Formats: sequence, C-alpha cells, structure tokens
Amino acid sequence: MRIRFEKRPEPSKFMQAITPIAAIALTMIIGALLFDALGYDGQRTIKEFFLTPILASYKWQDVATKAAPLIIIALGLSLGNQAKIWNIGAEGQYIVGALAGAGVAYLTPAVESHIILVLMLIAGVAGGAVWAAIPAFLRARFRVSEVLTSLMLVYVALQLMGWLINGPWKDPQGHNFPQTAAFNDWQILPRAIPGTYIPPGLVFAIVLTGIFWVVIKRSIYGFDVRVSGAAPHAARYGGFDSARTIWSTLLISGGMAGLAGILEATSQLGQINLGFPSGYGFTAIIASFLGRLNPIGIFIAGFVLAITSVGGQVAQTAVHVPSSAGGIFQALMLFLILAGDVLVRYRLRIQRAAKAGASV
Amino acid sequence: MTLDLIISALVTVVGISTPILLAATGELVVEKSGVLNLGVEGMMLIGAVTGFAVTFTTFNPYLGVLAAAAAGAASSMVFAVLVLTFGANQVATGLALAILGIGLSTLIGAGFVGIIVIPFSSIFPDFLARDPIWRLVFGHSPLVYFALFMVFATYWFLNSTRAGLVLRAVGENDASAHSIGYSVIGIRYAAIGFGGAMAGVAGSYFSMVITPMWAEQMTAGRGWIALALVVFAGWKPIRLWLGAYFFGILMTLELYAKASGFSFLPSQFWASMPYLMAIFVLAVISARERTGSEAPACLGKPFMPTD
Repeated sequence: MRIRFEKRPEPSKFMQAITPIAAIALTMIIGALLFDALGYDGQRTIKEFFLTPILASYKWQDVATKAAPLIIIALGLSLGNQAKIWNIGAEGQYIVGALAGAGVAYLTPAVESHIILVLMLIAGVAGGAVWAAIPAFLRARFRVSEVLTSLMLVYVALQLMGWLINGPWKDPQGHNFPQTAAFNDWQILPRAIPGTYIPPGLVFAIVLTGIFWVVIKRSIYGFDVRVSGAAPHAARYGGFDSARTIWSTLLISGGMAGLAGILEATSQLGQINLGFPSGYGFTAIIASFLGRLNPIGIFIAGFVLAITSVGGQVAQTAVHVPSSAGGIFQALMLFLILAGDVLVRYRLRIQRAAKAGASV
Repeated sequence: MTLDLIISALVTVVGISTPILLAATGELVVEKSGVLNLGVEGMMLIGAVTGFAVTFTTFNPYLGVLAAAAAGAASSMVFAVLVLTFGANQVATGLALAILGIGLSTLIGAGFVGIIVIPFSSIFPDFLARDPIWRLVFGHSPLVYFALFMVFATYWFLNSTRAGLVLRAVGENDASAHSIGYSVIGIRYAAIGFGGAMAGVAGSYFSMVITPMWAEQMTAGRGWIALALVVFAGWKPIRLWLGAYFFGILMTLELYAKASGFSFLPSQFWASMPYLMAIFVLAVISARERTGSEAPACLGKPFMPTD
C-alpha cells in the first residue's frame, strides 16, 4: 500500500477553510505532548497559552495591542505573497518606519499641533517603503532575490537603530540608556476611545482590513497580483507588468510595516529604545499564511498569534516555561498550515501495492 | 608587539569565521541540490544547545559535536518532509524552522543557563602553539580544521565525483534528472540532512569554543550571514572559504571597534558591513551576468514527481 498525491483540478475551498482550524488544533495537541516530554505540565501549558488570554478579561487589552501590528503588517505582506514576491524583511521596515516617524518628532520638539502626529505617521509609512524599495529596486533592475536582500536589511536596520539611539538621537536626560527622548504630548497618539484601553492601532487594523478586502477581491490591481503569482506566463501575456508588481507589492508591504512601526512607537512606547524590535515583522509572515492571504482571515490570524504571545507571558509565570517558547507554537502552526496546503491542491490517494505500478 | 597584535587578530578572524564557514558549506550543498533552507539560524541554535548539553553531561566534547550534528540533521528533517514530501513553500517553511529552532533551543537550554564547560580548544601540545606564528597553525579548536577539511571535501565531492554531479544535476534541472531515473526527492533529503548536520556543528562552535556556555539566541544572527555567504560566494566552495575569511575580517573589525571604544566609524557600521557587502555583491554578480545567474536553476522551486 502506498499513499500518493493527485493534483486537484481546482484548489479545494473546503480544505482552504478547514486546514487553518485543524492546524491550530493540532498545534495544541503536539504542543502538549512536546511540553510533557520536556518535563512540563503539557495540558496546563496549553491552557495558559491559548485559553487564559481569552478567558481573563484583563488580558484582552494586551491581546488587542499585539494583534494590531501583526494584522497591519500581515495585510501588506499578503499582496506580495500572492504574487510570490517574498518580503521577509518586514521587521526591518517596521524599525525604519518607526525611526523615520521618531525623526520627525525629534526635529520638531517645539511644534504644538496635532499636525505633527499626521506627519509622523506619513514619515513612518515612507520610511518602511524606502527600506523595502531597496530589495524592490534590486529585484526589478538586477533580478536579485528579494528573499535574501530584504532579510539582510533587517540586520542593517537593527544596527541603524542602535547607532541612532546610542549616538545622534540619544536622550541627554536618559541616564546614559540607549533611547531617544520621550515623545511630548503632541507626538503621542491617544487611545482610540478616550477612557478605554483600546489601542489606536486596532482602529487602523480594522479599517485597513476592509480596504485590503476591497483591493484584493474587487479591484483590477488585486486581480493582477493574484494572476502574476498563480500564472506568471498568463499574466505577461495579459499585459501585466512584472516590474510593476514587484515595486507595488514591496512598497505597499514596506509602507504597512512602517506604519505598524510608528504606531507602536507613538502609542505604546512613547520613544524608541532597545526593546523596540519585537519580532512582529517575522510573526506577521505566519499570520499572513495562517489567514490564507485573505484579509478577514488575516484579521483573525493576527488575534490567534497575539493570543499565543500573550499566552507565552502567562505561561512563563504560571508554569515557568520560557516566554520565547511561544515561538514553538507559532512555528508549529506555520508548519502545519503549510503541510495542510498540500491538501488544498492535492487529493490523497491510497493505493494497494499490487496496483501501484499499473496506474500512472 | 605589532606582530603579536596581527597574529592575535588573525587567530580571531579564523575563529570567528569558522561557524559561518561550517554552516555555509552545508547550505551550499543544500542549495546546489535546488533547495533553499532559510532555517540555518534555528538549526545552529539547536546544535548549540545540544552540543553543550551533551558535553556537559558526558565530559566528552567529541560526543557533544556528534550530538550537535545529529540534532541539526534531525531538525532539518522536519523541513525536508514539508518541502519535499508535501511540496510546501520553501521560504515560509525555512522561516518556520528558524523560529522553531529559536524557541526550542530556549526551552531545552533553560536548565543549562549559567553553567560553563571546558572549552573545546586546541588539541595540539602547548609547546607547538607557543611561538606566535605557529599559534596560527596549531592554536585552534579541532572544529577549525574540520571546517577547512569539509570545505575542500565539498569542493572535491561536487566537482570530481559522480554523486556530486548527480546532485548538481538535480539542482539545475530536476525534471531531466527525474526522467533519467535519479530520485530527486531522495537526493534532496540527503542534501538537507547534510546541511542540517553542518549547521548543528556550526552551532556547537558557539557553545563549546567561542563562549563555552549556553545563552539564548547565542548565535546572534550568524545563521543569516551564512546564507548571505553562500550567495556571496556564487555557490562555489573555494570562494566560500575565502568569503568566510572576508566576513570574518569584517566581524573582527567590529569587535576591535567595540573593544577599543574608538574608531573613525561607529561600531554599528562595521556590524552591518557583512550584510551590506552581501547585498552589494549580490547586485554586482546579478548585473554582470547576461544569461541566467550563478544560482542553481531550480533553487527554491518545489518538485512533485508525477510518477
């Protein structure tokens, strides 16, 4: 008996919907076994990771705060991923976006107007887009793989940040800590609804999810992008420009990452310090796949991943698991969703050994 | 005095470039077979924690290195099953492996933080390494010689053996290799396993030689440099060897700039140099070529045999 894969004429809609849910469920089971094997209480670990952030209302704010940047970055990445343009350097664009926005704040300490916030957000988007323009240029002009260049630039962005907060932008009153001066009241984005803890990023995430849904599902541009990923030859025949796809997907994803970066800096930290790079740019890649590159799916996936990272902190205090072990769950989810992809495109056929040679 | 300084700088260069050379040699073979495994950083960390744990419990560094290789190879098999058997996207799967390795190594290593082992350093008698010049030859960890041996063995394997030719054929044209009866999937499994083992050994260099202890994420992004080095070298083993020293010099400059506290450029500039150079060289080699690129033609493309 052997198992083989048979290509489906069309991707299965059912499998597309069911595999992310199955991936999450399997992640919990495998995770429990793994943590048991490592000598922790597996069941309890899973409970703290996945359920406590949902059941304990005081954790909801944390979840929303972490979900917002993931959703914003992942939405941007979903366009490129559909066109098979792989921007894996969103973390770098997130950092440079925040630096550009913080630069505006740094240069205008005396301006007392909310205009400065708008300028900071615009600078954030522009900073992220500029950082993504480097791999876009190299890919469109010299056919250099954007996978490696975008990734390398994450490390360059980290060094750039390290230099700025240790050097030119270092807070003179910061007791020699590597950090920028705190943003003033005009430079801080207020809560979405005064008096509540709803992070302003969540409002951006909701609005952008709607915009991306329209762009991907209802616009010619969205169609272009999907076709150039699924059938590059057909796309070229249809007159779609591959350079335009490269530039637009990378600039949009870079701009979105930059927006997430400046939003995080201005609404959560109120400055840039060493703790700023948080790995959102990498986790967002998982969110875009877990959400099946569909804006609404990504919105939900952003929350699922945010739950696991808040759960990581819960589990750290409750069962003494290192909080970075949350990465294990996120990686498992991505592995399983990618493995599940095969079921979307292929049908499983189990054959008896005798017949194996006969059917071709 | 100046000679001493030069020698000690050179010893640092050789030492610091060894783990990226080890990991990049493995990755080069993987990429030659047509597979892009971005998970090097994760496999290195798993190797680092395993090598340390086994050395600590058995007091035998050779067992430690072997265990690191086995752990690296085992973790690479997760990647292999997904991309080869399930035809999953290589970029995303490799990234998942990197994230998994970071998380898993932290979890395994939680009980080993703050412990030190005897460093796996020179095996030659002391008198050989006393003279500064001879120190350059005899003053290294056995892993340094192993890395050199492996890079030349890989050169020989790829260019002078039949198996190496088949591996390259699989990476250049999977469909043809399949049609003349070679098992594309089987060969790629072997290549990925080799790459994982080498990444594991590379990781053990951090936890057993450079700083003989375990710390979270102690490989500090060197796995990504190893990936850059493969591209930098244009997928050629000898250039990989020279390129590793070039990157090693850049990283040593960063160390010296940091240690002296004075340099005409900030230390962050030197720290980002390996990445900037990799991007620059990537652009130059891609711009210079007229027909295709030096990269294996099937790099990153999934292959699903249709029987």
